[in-house]
Amino acid sequence: MHPTSHDFKDNARRALDDVHLQTVMGVFRGGFVDKRKRAMERLPEFDQLRDQARDLKNHILENLDHYLERFEAKVVENGGQVHWCRTPAEARETVLELCRAADAKTVSKGKSMVAEEIGLNDYLEEHGVVPIETDLGEYIIQLRREPPSHIIVPAIHLTKGDVADTFREHHTDLKPDRNLGEARDLVNEARAVLRQKFIAADVGITGANFLIAETGSTVIVTNEGNGDLTQCLPRVHIVVTGLEKVVPTLEDASTLIRLLARSATGQEMSCYTTFSTGPRRAGDLDGPEQFHVVLVDNGRTSLLGTEFHEVLRCIRCGACMNHCPVYNAIGGHAYGWVYPGPIGSVLDPALIGLAEAHHLPNASTFCGRCEAVCPVHIPLPNMMRQWRFRESEQKLSPPALRYGLGFWGFFATKPALYHFGTGIAMTVLGLLGRAKGRFRSLPGAKGWTDTRDMPAPEGGTFQQRWAQRQRKAG
Amino acid sequence: MTEKPTKPRVGLFVTCLIDMFRPTVGFAAVKLLEDAGCSVEVPRGQTCCGQPGWNNGDRADAEALARQTITAFEGLDYLVIPSGSCGGMIKVHYPKMFEADPVWGPRAKALADRTWELVSFLVEVLGVEAVAARYDGTVTYHDSCHGLREMGIKDGPRTLLRSVGGLSLTELPGAEDCCGFGGTFCVKYPEISTQMVENKAAAIVGTGADTMLAGDLGCLLNMAGRLKRNGSGVKVRHVAEVLAGMTGEVAPIGDPTGR
Repeated sequence: MHPTSHDFKDNARRALDDVHLQTVMGVFRGGFVDKRKRAMERLPEFDQLRDQARDLKNHILENLDHYLERFEAKVVENGGQVHWCRTPAEARETVLELCRAADAKTVSKGKSMVAEEIGLNDYLEEHGVVPIETDLGEYIIQLRREPPSHIIVPAIHLTKGDVADTFREHHTDLKPDRNLGEARDLVNEARAVLRQKFIAADVGITGANFLIAETGSTVIVTNEGNGDLTQCLPRVHIVVTGLEKVVPTLEDASTLIRLLARSATGQEMSCYTTFSTGPRRAGDLDGPEQFHVVLVDNGRTSLLGTEFHEVLRCIRCGACMNHCPVYNAIGGHAYGWVYPGPIGSVLDPALIGLAEAHHLPNASTFCGRCEAVCPVHIPLPNMMRQWRFRESEQKLSPPALRYGLGFWGFFATKPALYHFGTGIAMTVLGLLGRAKGRFRSLPGAKGWTDTRDMPAPEGGTFQQRWAQRQRKAG
Repeated sequence: MTEKPTKPRVGLFVTCLIDMFRPTVGFAAVKLLEDAGCSVEVPRGQTCCGQPGWNNGDRADAEALARQTITAFEGLDYLVIPSGSCGGMIKVHYPKMFEADPVWGPRAKALADRTWELVSFLVEVLGVEAVAARYDGTVTYHDSCHGLREMGIKDGPRTLLRSVGGLSLTELPGAEDCCGFGGTFCVKYPEISTQMVENKAAAIVGTGADTMLAGDLGCLLNMAGRLKRNGSGVKVRHVAEVLAGMTGEVAPIGDPTGR
């Protein structure tokens, strides 16, 4: 996916003017927030689990090499193979080679954000392998050639009507006047179409929510069961995932699973939690003949030990974006790359560069809600702040902001000058604003006064009046 | 000079916005603190807490302002501040800022430990349960983000507001949703900010309350600005003005003075 994060301001403006998107976001707003809250209330130890998960993830990141090597050894022992890929290009080529070796024409795909991150679908298509998304949301946006707008609900920006239109446009062998009015009709149609694709696919590609070092298993959580068909029916199963997903034991995976769905959708668990451990063994009734895990780094290990180290704790639940007032105002596409919302504002600059993504860590009021709901306590606002430091050091922030802050710093570090200057300025502004109590426009404050009044100061500063009071009191 | 030392010596951090836009909030804080038995001082060496620089990549100026603030309030029993946001800056962020600094780290920590937001200080430290104020009206209250999530301010203002004679408190739906101010955010991304404050303004009007209160002036200027632009008659005030019974001394935020 070609990033448009540098156009964030225009993207956001368009999103705010998009009546259709605003209607959809209006429905979305608050839904998952309430569901998470209720799920949390039903689990008294929820907060304890979060602390436990944070500590667990910290331990893993401290010993990442150890657990990854154990994982690999187990995968090999089970008859599978692990492919270590430093860059998106390496990962794409590895997957393509595996597809070619299997003589694959079509590939069924479970939902994977890492596959989006490395641009896998376009690459496979360019090289003659047809990828078919099987998660309903991903399938819809694949037909529409759109990127996901949310990491767990990729088609959240669309209505039932949009989906019906898309299906009519693409499923041309079906009767044009069929009924697609209800969600059930849409699901049934997608199921019928996809069933054929599952059976025809030569290779199945899934992501992984967790990799388990002690067993060499990969774990996916889904609500549609599409992941199970993707990894069981084809001859070859390829797991594409980030290397930070590894956990030591089954028990550890279960700690994180207890948090994941509750944080994401408010479910206690997702409908399917599927463990894959190697290819089909002699005597197994089904399963793939080959099992490959493509471990993608793409800059992750370079974050270890930096101020962004803790972002690698992320388990991709999406709670931060569900609760983010900025995400809720503009939706996911405005962020201009794969990961939107607060997690994207921290991750995207690391993955696609600060020059491209420097707006994203600025597009936050630091309201702190993302950190407050994060199941692994990632200090997201503070990491956005760290990006702002880097942005300023690299002079990527607007010059007017840097000069303004420089002036403020100069002025405010000289209390006598400051109290004198603000005293005069506020006396004048107070007099000018006295009649109406507010200004409809102010030079240099267009961003504010275009859409809201600027309340006028009372006139004179507190410090002036306090000094007078002290003099009177003698 | 005999009974004086028993009074806690409180340094008031006025905040730059209150100093410039709304001095009455500062005097309301002084009154509440003095009524509760404190001796209040206003160190002249204070200006801005440094949050604008800290949140916008200007670490050097933020640190200079933090050192200035730390120095100005040393020797006082408490730093009390009528803002959850600037309060969070001092209490939560100063210690982080100087984490690795052997000189300023401990001094920042010492100040952070003595720093309280005004209403929390009254309720939690001084044990104030009621104020001697009257306000005839229906008010609603917005929980400003930093006060709520960095300073844990939630019940304190509501407890004291319920003790105000004539006042009826009605809860604001989405009271914990950000109003869209966000310091420089509101001018860096004005369209997004506008959408957020419009949602907030609609929620406020929806309560039917005649008065809107909060504990942070930045958020109040933003909400008042949008309400006024929309032609709403809702009166907007800092919670301290109502608690101190000083609403007669100044018009609501954004309303004409000198009636």
